Amino acid sequence: MPIHDQGYRRYTGTRTPRGRAWAVITTAGLRTFFGKRAFLALLLLSWLPFVVRTVQIYAAANFPQMAFIAPTAETFRQFLNQQDPFVFFVSVYVGAGLIANDRRANALQIYLSKPLTRGEYVLGKMAILMTFLLMVTWLPAMVLLLVQVSFAGSLTFLKSNLHLVPAITLLSFVEATMVSTAMLALSSLSNNSRFVGILYAGLIFFSDALFVVLRAVTGESRLSWVSFGNNLAQIGDAMFRVPLRYSTPWPVSLLMVVALVVTSGLILKKRVRGVEVIA
Amino acid sequence: MADTAAPVVTLEGVTVVYAKHAALSNVTASFPAGAVGLLGPNGAGKSTLIKTLLGFVVPERGRMQVLGLDVARAPLDIRARVGYVPESDAHIPGMNAVSFVAYCGELGGLPRVDAVQRAHEVLFYVGLGEARYRNVETYSAGMKQRIKLAQALVHDPDLLFLDEPTNGMDPRGRDEMLELVHDLGHDKGVNIILSSHLLPDVEYACDHVVVIDKGKVAAAGPIAALKQPRGRVFELRVKPPAGGLEPVLARLTAAGLECHATDEDVMRVFVPGDGGAREVFAIAASAGAQVRHLRPSVPTLEDVFAQAVGEE
Repeated sequence: MPIHDQGYRRYTGTRTPRGRAWAVITTAGLRTFFGKRAFLALLLLSWLPFVVRTVQIYAAANFPQMAFIAPTAETFRQFLNQQDPFVFFVSVYVGAGLIANDRRANALQIYLSKPLTRGEYVLGKMAILMTFLLMVTWLPAMVLLLVQVSFAGSLTFLKSNLHLVPAITLLSFVEATMVSTAMLALSSLSNNSRFVGILYAGLIFFSDALFVVLRAVTGESRLSWVSFGNNLAQIGDAMFRVPLRYSTPWPVSLLMVVALVVTSGLILKKRVRGVEVIA
Repeated sequence: MADTAAPVVTLEGVTVVYAKHAALSNVTASFPAGAVGLLGPNGAGKSTLIKTLLGFVVPERGRMQVLGLDVARAPLDIRARVGYVPESDAHIPGMNAVSFVAYCGELGGLPRVDAVQRAHEVLFYVGLGEARYRNVETYSAGMKQRIKLAQALVHDPDLLFLDEPTNGMDPRGRDEMLELVHDLGHDKGVNIILSSHLLPDVEYACDHVVVIDKGKVAAAGPIAALKQPRGRVFELRVKPPAGGLEPVLARLTAAGLECHATDEDVMRVFVPGDGGAREVFAIAASAGAQVRHLRPSVPTLEDVFAQAVGEE
């Protein structure tokens, strides 16, 4: 008689409540990417501007002759602008394969045969990318604010710029949401993550180039809404209460961001299915 | 153990249409508890039926119940209690077998610690114990079938949908897979619906069968009962006359006998009622054919299948 029967046994333990499957997907995804050295290097690199800004704040706080580089509200706006290239690279690295790889491996029918909805699946995948994007935008910006407070030794700057906390938070979340939904939608369109990455880059650069051409033709920046990046920049400027860089009203830019998120949602609703029916 | 009285799956007038093609046409069927084979030729609608029961495909018409739950109203409750082995290769990319199966266990509602523990157990059960730390993408076709079974079992389902689980397996692997399915269905209290176009697979692993053809149920019932002769079955080989075999077949069919070709040059002839060998000899002689081989035979599931789908 075997000491331990390696046959199949029925499960007698307790099960977790329904509705947490998205967290399982997110946790597994985060674990996977944290295990990749190249990605960790990218994350570390994305904090380089933070280190530079920390040195700037330290110098301004400790050396009177360096007061001219003292941080202002605009410093934090610029900091988030500087993070945009890292947002792009993290989005491509993490996001391109989130659904495309599952489609390639026919994993969707595995996922959707478990007790989770399509919405939970998308939420779980989206939370992976959003977490990393917030680690590149919201987290360093908020830590930078704390660094400013600690180096200055007073809350004067924070009190006079209290809008920075909601502005950093809101802009970071709007950016992460827009980028995540758009990237997931693109990822759901293909089985090839490289193709998705190229497609995403193409859309970003094409929309920027289109705006440059239109501005050159019309001589004004009212058509900045054609560029995904410009819409975010415009909304960000409004949130940080700095002068708007384009003549497009910021609600128009906001509307474009909402339209992009809704369109992405519709694509995901159509593409994330347990079975692909070709009519 | 599952309730042996109530059926585990019922379908009432289910119709599924892809574009203009009816994949399932007004299907009404009942799958009893235990191991049930879903038998049919390729394209009959077997996979569509399973995907409809899982909620992947929404039917145009009809009602379905799985384990007493309405598919339209409680799909998540159903999926928490069923396991699904898809026909095509399917895995979560970038994971080894333990991570993959444990992950599926967590998605199925197990706490992480239990999911990992059961992943190890289930992988040993399906015969992948030694390969459980290998990336699933490096697995052979047979191993991929086993890992699909493991991910479907890890959360301990009451009902297991197996869609062509022996595809791509070598003879030994196929036998082992069928042994697992038989064990699950007969000794472990897991209800099984085994979709296959391979008659021996269904005959070995299942007690009941639902034969589906062109989107309709062609026959259903216990395999033993379906195999009961409603007449007599003979293996027949003839030397055809100068006009070829067609006139002989036409005479046999006209006399009410059913003829089905086999892989060899022997055909299986069903003689309804009390008819016997003399009747076959007489018809062959009248058609000018020489009977070279005539032997009484035991009806098989293949005969049931051939009769049900009207195979020539």
